[in-house]
Amino acid sequence: MTPPAMATIVQFENVGLRYGTGPETLVDLSFSLQGGAFYFLTGASGAGKTSLLKLIYLAQRPSRGIIRLFGEDAVVLPRDRLPGFRRRMGVVFQDFRLVPHLSAADNVALPLRVAGMSEGDVTRSVREMLAWVGLADRAGARPATLSGGEQQRVAIARAVIARPEVLVADEPTGNVDPEMADRLIHLFGSLNRLGTTVVVATHDLHLLSRIPTAQMMRLDEGRLLDPTGSLRYPPQQGPDAA
Amino acid sequence: MRTVARRRPAAARVLDEAPGLRAMTAVMAIMVFLTVLAGALGLGTASAGSLLDRQLAGRLTVQVVEGEPARADAAAARVLAALRTSRDVASATAVPRAELEALLRPWLGGDAEEAGLPVPAMIDVDLRDTSDAAVARVAATATAASPAARVDRHARWMSPVGGLMRSLTWLAAGVVLLMAAATAAVVVLAARAGLEAHRGTIEVMHMLGSTDLQLARLFQRRLTLDALVGGIAGAAVALGVVLLVGGQLASLGSELVGGIRLGIADWALLALLPLGFALLATLAARWTVTRALRRTL
Repeated sequence: MTPPAMATIVQFENVGLRYGTGPETLVDLSFSLQGGAFYFLTGASGAGKTSLLKLIYLAQRPSRGIIRLFGEDAVVLPRDRLPGFRRRMGVVFQDFRLVPHLSAADNVALPLRVAGMSEGDVTRSVREMLAWVGLADRAGARPATLSGGEQQRVAIARAVIARPEVLVADEPTGNVDPEMADRLIHLFGSLNRLGTTVVVATHDLHLLSRIPTAQMMRLDEGRLLDPTGSLRYPPQQGPDAA
Repeated sequence: MRTVARRRPAAARVLDEAPGLRAMTAVMAIMVFLTVLAGALGLGTASAGSLLDRQLAGRLTVQVVEGEPARADAAAARVLAALRTSRDVASATAVPRAELEALLRPWLGGDAEEAGLPVPAMIDVDLRDTSDAAVARVAATATAASPAARVDRHARWMSPVGGLMRSLTWLAAGVVLLMAAATAAVVVLAARAGLEAHRGTIEVMHMLGSTDLQLARLFQRRLTLDALVGGIAGAAVALGVVLLVGGQLASLGSELVGGIRLGIADWALLALLPLGFALLATLAARWTVTRALRRTL
């Protein structure tokens, strides 16, 4: 399910987001993300990073504007088609959102079971994935018994196990030490090299240097700053990633 | 991969043991217990009513009322002979005078005739044809043979009993329907409680690409299982009670009450009630969950 390299996979046109009757949290966002690229989304706390990610992973509809995902208008997408789009994306939530009564292995297995994979294949894939994130010996542990870093790795394993076309991660290194942060970013880099588009929201600017090919999107009070110029729609040029 | 809860299948583990859902088992046991009792009453009274109708529809009693017993017996003999020639009559039997006296003894004592009381001669008649026209023809035949003959149609004086049986049947059917409605309401409430208790899990599952139907199946599987386990327990106890009460009714030796009995089909129907309620729980759970999820993104 690897998308063709450099195809536009996410496209925003004049998108605005307002919660209730308050001011716009996101204002006039226009950009496109290319398949197989790596993006860092930065900005101060409250700049709108999480809101922007929610629009990408279809947890929120915009108040105005057009969002195209995988070439289709996601704003008018009927509800019954949302699951199909969500299965093409992996999400690492800021608060992990692990299911508390399930073991680490069962949490990681959820996307595969949702997709209807056989239990034998699920077991094999989960074992490999937990080994990949260094948690092979913690498969049976429940989230409450895991450290913050371990929970984060379980959340990452769950997000990537179904080989999504797009991986969206909201502050994935917020709860781990610098060494683990480097390791996690390295995991994302590996996934990106396999063709997955990665969008990582972070306020840790040191991470940016870990993926030299990554592009930076910067949010400031709900407006997108485009330091490289390559995020504008239509894109002037593709990122030199992959 | 040694997970903590290996006993339950993977899909069942997604929802944990929320107390609201588990209480369903006990509630369903009570609901099905009461429903089976009401159902048994309804089926029993329907059976008794039907039996009563069959027994009484073609039966008449002809009374020959004369002052003197000898004249009454002579008139009764003429009526009996006339009735036996009728095409509408299957059989006609004179009730022996000794039997009549035995019937009257508890009320009139042993010397009713010595006291000059006019005890009528009686003839039991079974009809071939139970229509009103046939009854009228038989009555005409009897009165032609003796003007002192009076025809009593059993169905007429037993009709209040039949009406009572029918009322009880309808009442029981109403109770069964009410219990089914209450069960559906309980399942809806339990499903809503479950949705609230598992809100976080549901959001995560949605974000992972679960469809509404997949999520609904998680709840309906749980609620159906609870309904089935509770229903089977409730039905088993209720069927035991019905068996016990049925035995007591039969031991009364009453022709009327003894008619309240269940056939094989009735027992099978009662035994299938837990399955029916489990199916109802499935549908109610699916409807509730999919309806609630449609309000989310």
